[in-house]
Amino acid sequence: MKFDMPATTNPIDQLKVIGKATERIDGPLKTTGTAPYAYERHDVAVNQAYGYIVGAAVAKGRIESMDLTAAKAAPGVIAIVTAENAGQLDKGNLNTAKLLGGPAVDHYHQAIALVVAETFEQARSAAHLIHVDYERAKGAFDLAIAKNSSTPPKPGFGGPPDSAVGDFVGAFESAPFQFDATYTTPDQSHAMMEPHASIAAWNGDKLTVWTSNQMIAWSVGDMAKTLGIPKENVRLISPYVGGGFGGKLFLRADALLAALGARAANRPVKVALQRALMMNNTTHRPATIQRLRLGATKEGKLTAIAHESWSGDLPGGSPETAVSQTRLLYAGANRMTAMRLAVLDLPEGNAMRAPGEAPGMMALEIAMDEMAEKLGLDPIEFRILNDTQVAPDNPAKPPSSDPQSKAPEEKHYPHPPFSQRRLTECFRTGAERFGWNKRNPVPGKSREGHWLMGIGVAAAFRNNLVMKSAARVRLDNKGVVTVETDMTDIGTGSYTIIAQTAAEMMGVALHQVVVRLGDSDFPVSCGSGGQWGGNSSTSGVYAACMKLREAVAQKLGFDSTKAVFADGQVRDGGRSTPLAQAAGESGLVMEDAMEYGDLDKKYQQSTFGAHFVEVAVHASTGETRVRRMLAVCAAGRILNPKSARSQVIGAMTMGMGAALMEELTVDKRHGFFVNHDLAGYEVPVHADVPHQEVIFLDETDPISSPMKAKGVGELGICGVAAAIANAIYNATGVRVRDYPITLDKLIDRLPEVA
Amino acid sequence: MHNPENAESPRGATDLTRREFLIAGTATVALTGCMGLGTKSATEMKPQQAAATRVSFHVNGKPCQLELDNRTTLLDALRERLHLTGSKKGCDQGQCGACTVMVGDRRVVSCLTLAVMHEGSLITTIEGLGTPEHLHPMQTAFVKHDGYQCGYCTPGQICSAVAMLREIKAGMPSHVTSDLTAQPKLTADELRERMSGNICRCGAYSNIAEAITEIAGRTA
Repeated sequence: MKFDMPATTNPIDQLKVIGKATERIDGPLKTTGTAPYAYERHDVAVNQAYGYIVGAAVAKGRIESMDLTAAKAAPGVIAIVTAENAGQLDKGNLNTAKLLGGPAVDHYHQAIALVVAETFEQARSAAHLIHVDYERAKGAFDLAIAKNSSTPPKPGFGGPPDSAVGDFVGAFESAPFQFDATYTTPDQSHAMMEPHASIAAWNGDKLTVWTSNQMIAWSVGDMAKTLGIPKENVRLISPYVGGGFGGKLFLRADALLAALGARAANRPVKVALQRALMMNNTTHRPATIQRLRLGATKEGKLTAIAHESWSGDLPGGSPETAVSQTRLLYAGANRMTAMRLAVLDLPEGNAMRAPGEAPGMMALEIAMDEMAEKLGLDPIEFRILNDTQVAPDNPAKPPSSDPQSKAPEEKHYPHPPFSQRRLTECFRTGAERFGWNKRNPVPGKSREGHWLMGIGVAAAFRNNLVMKSAARVRLDNKGVVTVETDMTDIGTGSYTIIAQTAAEMMGVALHQVVVRLGDSDFPVSCGSGGQWGGNSSTSGVYAACMKLREAVAQKLGFDSTKAVFADGQVRDGGRSTPLAQAAGESGLVMEDAMEYGDLDKKYQQSTFGAHFVEVAVHASTGETRVRRMLAVCAAGRILNPKSARSQVIGAMTMGMGAALMEELTVDKRHGFFVNHDLAGYEVPVHADVPHQEVIFLDETDPISSPMKAKGVGELGICGVAAAIANAIYNATGVRVRDYPITLDKLIDRLPEVA
Repeated sequence: MHNPENAESPRGATDLTRREFLIAGTATVALTGCMGLGTKSATEMKPQQAAATRVSFHVNGKPCQLELDNRTTLLDALRERLHLTGSKKGCDQGQCGACTVMVGDRRVVSCLTLAVMHEGSLITTIEGLGTPEHLHPMQTAFVKHDGYQCGYCTPGQICSAVAMLREIKAGMPSHVTSDLTAQPKLTADELRERMSGNICRCGAYSNIAEAITEIAGRTA
């Protein structure tokens, strides 16, 4: 099914199941510990052996020698996999660094060996007996220095590296109000609770991997490519994923090494990345340096906007696309953006929840607060004054430089209208609910005992992406509808919204729907990433259900355009037949995909919101406590308000981490992240998080899909950190432009304690 | 407790630093008690057959007897030997709380305690609280308030919550208890402080707090 015209009325609009706050259908399994995660599949293969990964102890260089003698002789050891004995290995299309290093080492804690033994204790013990001699090479580890030799990156997910509209320089120089500041965001870690884990088993030349992965089809492809085997010989199974946030988008070392270990040991092997390896072995959100320049009239109209961002990655890597939102969020006739990429020999940088916008909004939305103050305007009114209903800067992708490229050049729409944009309403609604009018605009003036009180605001913005997604639906002779798709549920609530979609489409109760996810034997879905999963995967289910409805109608001799599916029955005029009967003994199975035309080019599809935060900063110690948080979101139809709200509060929590505590500390001499575990890399805990409130504006977006939904899971993180930073400024009068805002950056600048 | 894997520092190659020597020494000493090894540096360590011990304890009311490698954590004994995989391994370092079980009425991070230390213990895991068909009230409350997302920290949160309410009932103070002699109350601050050993990276804290508060109100 192709979606190339705006949606009209369809069965989803009945809203009997969709749009209702619904408990997760996987809840009873998850709360009883009976939802099986990758490492726990004792049931799928007998005689599983244990693998333990050895990580490189240098950031860059070569392995001169690796002495495996003692490890091989250790009790229980079955096999040791290294680059030397693993055979020819390619690199996945989506991996920047090789997953098994040696003799060259590309980054610290890159896997260089897997010890396979009868038990976990034996594998771990033997791994520590491997002696490695390295020849260490010099590397670049400091972004502030490497920035000077940075270059424009290739256009990718975040668009081209540069954009320009009008005459920024001229407009900025002649603007009566000018603002110019530089911000930094640190490297951050996904730190999902379930480590990357896999069990691999070979049956002849066929490989099955029970794993924890967000994007099944991507990773099947990269596993096959890395091993040099046909894709058809690889099966990945990932029904439960213990958090991802972008960290499990790709094939990682656990899966590859489990496969290699199983081949070497000639039996199934299970591997979990040790927590202390995760932060340097896997991907992370790269640090940025961002310069923002704003020029405005004295009335507060932006006339000049510039956003430049520098980030680093391993050779062949990609930038953190932190300027993305600045091309779309505020009006302004003269503007430029630029991304530059430096080569760094730190671990691989890659996507983490709302790549681009999350760190980009951290800078832009402080800058907007600073500019509002400079103009003497209320920060909400300043933003509303510069609202726009068309994309102010929508750069075209440069033509492909590959002469072999057969892809037709995409038609470019320079200033498309937003399909929906209710940013102003988000601010107004939030201001009313949060009590914005009680905020003292003069910083450092509100006290509550020892605490300096402040309120801050920021916009939330994240693009809405649509992706092809397929599903298979089966109707059996009991009237049960089974949905199969390789879509994943990483905590997002996919199981439930897919069940709601099928129930709505087929007119059955929610408990009459069975959802099976995360298996590469199922039709290829959009997967979980970029907040496209909810809308795109359910649209795929919608397409398959439309086909099934037609098949049912046809079988019964009903007019499929008029047949009503409700209460487990199909009705056409005066006739009514139970679905179970329509299915017949053999049942009915249909499969389809939803594909998209160019509605996402003709219209700019984005999601919007406003974050409101109240903080208390201790007048003596500079400790920040977040007291209240509110997010108002306008993000299309909300399929399940219960799980959507959870997505947003979870994102607000991660945004709080970004504001106040999260930072991978770089050892700039040796090139690694020092705080590589959950004690050193601090994330928010219960004590940090107050009651959080979320309001969804009632909205449908017929431009996005037949579901009329968009994404919320990443919208929720975009802007939160800046709202906290702005609240801290309002509380203390101290402006911190380098995240995270830890007390050491406040303490010597706090107001005198009265 | 020292974890050798976590102690690696970038190094040239052949030279064993003083720090590493100390680390290796510590590891060796740690093993001495159970393996009967003399004190040797890491490079001299010879592989030895690890000592095994027979241990008996009760898990979820059922007696269990296991012959275990002495290095086996309670968590791995549950997950890998008894196939009770509801208790999760999030970090194996006592930093995340996903492996929380109850030993008696007390919360324990089961990755930081060796199974052989639990001879005779009464252990309750998430599987001992309820089943998908018959949920424990705390499990029901987590479902109702959507107090979880990916589900990986959830069994630990629930075990922790159940034991935490018992700790309050037993009068145990916490870091934020202002009056150490009075019976502590389940205020928002007490709840959040006492649950802070259980990390939820999905950020379901606000909902978890509501679920626990509902149950606490019911049993108070």
